[in-house]
Amino acid sequence: MNIMKFRPLFLFLSLFLILASIFSIIKWGFQLSVDFSGGSSWQVSLPSKPDDAQIKEVFAKNNIELISIAKNEDSFTLKFPNISLEQKEMLTQDFQKVDPDFSNLQFDTLGPILGKELLMKTFYAILLSSFSLLLFIGSRFKDLSFGASAVLAMLHDAIILVGSFSILGHFFGAEIDALFVTALLTTLSASVHDTVVTFDRIRELKKFSTRLDWVELSNQAVSEVIVRSINNSMTIIFMLLSLVVLGGASTRWFAMALLIGVICGTYSSTAVAIPLMLLSKKKKEK
Amino acid sequence: MLNIKLTTQKLPLLTPLLVTPDNCLSVMQKNNQKTITIFWSIIAVTFLCLIVNLPLKFSLFGKTFYRPDFSLNLGPYKFKPNLDLRYGLDLAGGASLIYDIDTSGQNSENIPDALESLKANIESRVNLFGVSEASVQISSNGDSRRLTVDLPGVANIDEAIGLIGQTAQLSFMGIIDLPPEATATATMEDVLKDTGLKGSHLVKATPSTNPNTGEVEVSLEFNSEGTKLFEKATTDYLNKRLAILLDNQIITAPQVGVIIPDGRAVINGNFDIKSAKALSAQLNAGALPLPINLIQQSQVGASLGQNSINKGLKAGLVGLAIVSLFMIGNYGFLGLVADFGLIVYGLITLTLYRLIPVTLTFPGIVGFILSVGMAVDSNILIFERMKEEIRSGKSWNNAMELGFGRAWNSIKDANTCTIITGLILFNPFNWSFLNSSGMVRGFAVTLLLGIVLGMFTGVFVTRNLLRVLARKNNN
Repeated sequence: MNIMKFRPLFLFLSLFLILASIFSIIKWGFQLSVDFSGGSSWQVSLPSKPDDAQIKEVFAKNNIELISIAKNEDSFTLKFPNISLEQKEMLTQDFQKVDPDFSNLQFDTLGPILGKELLMKTFYAILLSSFSLLLFIGSRFKDLSFGASAVLAMLHDAIILVGSFSILGHFFGAEIDALFVTALLTTLSASVHDTVVTFDRIRELKKFSTRLDWVELSNQAVSEVIVRSINNSMTIIFMLLSLVVLGGASTRWFAMALLIGVICGTYSSTAVAIPLMLLSKKKKEK
Repeated sequence: MLNIKLTTQKLPLLTPLLVTPDNCLSVMQKNNQKTITIFWSIIAVTFLCLIVNLPLKFSLFGKTFYRPDFSLNLGPYKFKPNLDLRYGLDLAGGASLIYDIDTSGQNSENIPDALESLKANIESRVNLFGVSEASVQISSNGDSRRLTVDLPGVANIDEAIGLIGQTAQLSFMGIIDLPPEATATATMEDVLKDTGLKGSHLVKATPSTNPNTGEVEVSLEFNSEGTKLFEKATTDYLNKRLAILLDNQIITAPQVGVIIPDGRAVINGNFDIKSAKALSAQLNAGALPLPINLIQQSQVGASLGQNSINKGLKAGLVGLAIVSLFMIGNYGFLGLVADFGLIVYGLITLTLYRLIPVTLTFPGIVGFILSVGMAVDSNILIFERMKEEIRSGKSWNNAMELGFGRAWNSIKDANTCTIITGLILFNPFNWSFLNSSGMVRGFAVTLLLGIVLGMFTGVFVTRNLLRVLARKNNN
C-alpha cells in the first residue's frame, strides 16, 4: 500500500496542527496553575456545599482577593494571592463558622520563582534530550537524517501537546502544572520509542534489498509495522483511559495530556518522521 | 499428544514431534537442561516476590495467614529489612517546605561549611518535631541555594514553619559581680559581658537524660571556634553565671561549675522533657548559620493522599486487566504467556520498590504504568515478528527463536532512547541546570527501573517460558 503518497496530506495536516497550536499559544496563552503563576491554591472540603457568594464573603471579610473558585466532586479549590499564616488562620476560623465540618485538604503556596525555574529546567532537559537522541539515533542508523527526522517528529508532538493544552485551557480551564510537564516528557520518550521501531524496520529492509528506493522501502516498512504500532499504542491508551475515567479529578487533565501525547507520538512516527526523512533523502539526491 | 489451538490467524498447531540429527542431541539436551534450570529459578523468584508482597495478615479459605517475617541472624548480626512500601508526600500526606538560603553574607570558601551546618541544624530541629522519615535537602539553582524540608504525616504545617523558620539571635554573656554600691543603679548591660560566643558557634542543642541521675538535661555542642570561646568563657566566669540570650532576652543563666575545654556541655535544672525540648528548640532557633526565607509551602492531607492511592490502584488494575485480555485476544496462547511475564514483572518491581527503597509519588506511579506499556510493546514486537516468520514457512520453534532474535534490535534501540531521556530527567550528577525536584525525579526513577526490568521480563522470561512449553510439546 502506497501510504507514502499521502505525504503532502500528512505534512499539511501537521503544519495545520502546529500553526493552530502556535496561534492558540499566542492568542490565548495558558491557564497556569499555582505551580507557575505564584499564589495559593487551597483545596477544602465544605460538606454543606455553600454557594459562591458565601465563600466570596469569607474572603472579602478578610480583605483577601479571591481569584477563582473551582468545584470538584467533593471539594472546592480556591485560588488567591499569597497570604500570611495569620490570614490563613482567620480564613479557617471563618470557614468553620460557615460550615462546622470544614476541613483543609491541600494547601499550596508558591512564589513564581520556582515556577520559572521548573520551566527553564524542563526546557534544558528537552534540549539536552533532543541533542543526545539526535546523536544516538544518527550513530545507530549511520545517517544523521534519521536522527534529525526522529527529533523533529518528537518536537512536533511537543508543540501540538502544548498547543492543545492552550486550547483546552481556554475553553475548559485545563491548567498547566508540574504534572503536565511530566506528561510532556513522557510523550517525548514514547514518540521517539515508536519512531525508532519504525525506522528500524526500514533499515532492515534496506539491508536485504538495496535496489528498492526509499519511498518503496518506507511503504513496505510501514505496512509491516503499522499493526504492531497500533497494537502497542492501544495497550498504553487502555491504561491511560482507565486512569482518565477512574483516576481522581486532580489527575484527569494529566491523563488527558498523556493520551494526546501518545496518539500524537504514534501518528508522528508514520506521518511526520518518515516523510521528513524522505524529504532529506530527495534533497540529497538532487 | 498435546494440541494447543491458537486463535491468531495462520499460526499452525504445534508439531508434536521434532526430528533431530543425532549429533545435535547432546547439545540440545544441555540447552534444555539450562532452560529448565532457568525456568525453575524464575518460578522460585516469582514465588518469593509474591510472599514479600503479601499483606501482613490475610485470610484465605476461612483461615488467617500471617506473612512470614524476613530476618536473618548471622552470628552477632541481625538483618531485618524493612519491607514496607514508602510513599512520597503527595500520596502519604504531609508538608513540604522550601526555603531560599541567603548566602550573601558569607565568603565563598565558607559557604559549603555553612550549608552543611545549616542542614545539620535544621535536621535536629526536625527531629525534635518527632517526624519519622523526614528529609532535609540542600539543592542549587545557578547561584542560589535552596533548602527543602519534607515532613510526611505532619498535619499542622503552621507549627512546622514556626519551629523551623526562626532565626533569632543567640548570644552568650557572662554575668559579672558588681561592687555593692553599683548594684542599685545597674542595668542589664552593666552586668552582662559579651563572651563573643554566638548562635553560629552552636552546632546543636538536644534534650538528653543524664545516665547517672536520670534527670532531663539539655546538651550543647559547639563548633571548633566556639569550643575555644566556650573554654575561655567558662574559665573567665568559673563559679559565676553565664547568661544565654535569645533576641536579647535571657532564657536561662546556668552557673558555671567547671572549665569546659571540649565544647560539650549540659545544662541541668529542673527540666522535664517538654521544657527541655522547648529550650533546645529555642537554642537551635538562634543557631542558624545562614538566614533562610520561606518561598514555598505545600501540604497534602492524608485523606486526600489515600484517596488518590486507591483511585490510582483501581485504575492501574483495570488497565492491566484490559491489556491482558487484549493480548490474549490478539495472540492467543502467546498472549497468555506474555501476561504471565507481566505478572512476574509487576511482582519483581514491587519487591524492588520495597528493598531499594523507592519512594512512590504519583508521577512515579505514572512512570511505572508507562514502563508496563513498553514491556508489553516488547512482547508485541516479538510476537508480530514470529507471525511473519511462520507466514514465510518456518516451523514454530524456529519462528520463536528468530522472532526473539530479530526483534531484539528494535527493542534495544527503542528502549535505549527512553533510557537516555530518563537519565536526563533523573539528573544523576546533580547538574544545577537540570531538575533536582523530587517529582520529576520520582518519575524518572520508576521509568528507568521499569524499562530495564521490562526488557528483562519481556524478553528473557517470556522466551524462557515459551522454550520450556515448546520443549514439553515436542516430547
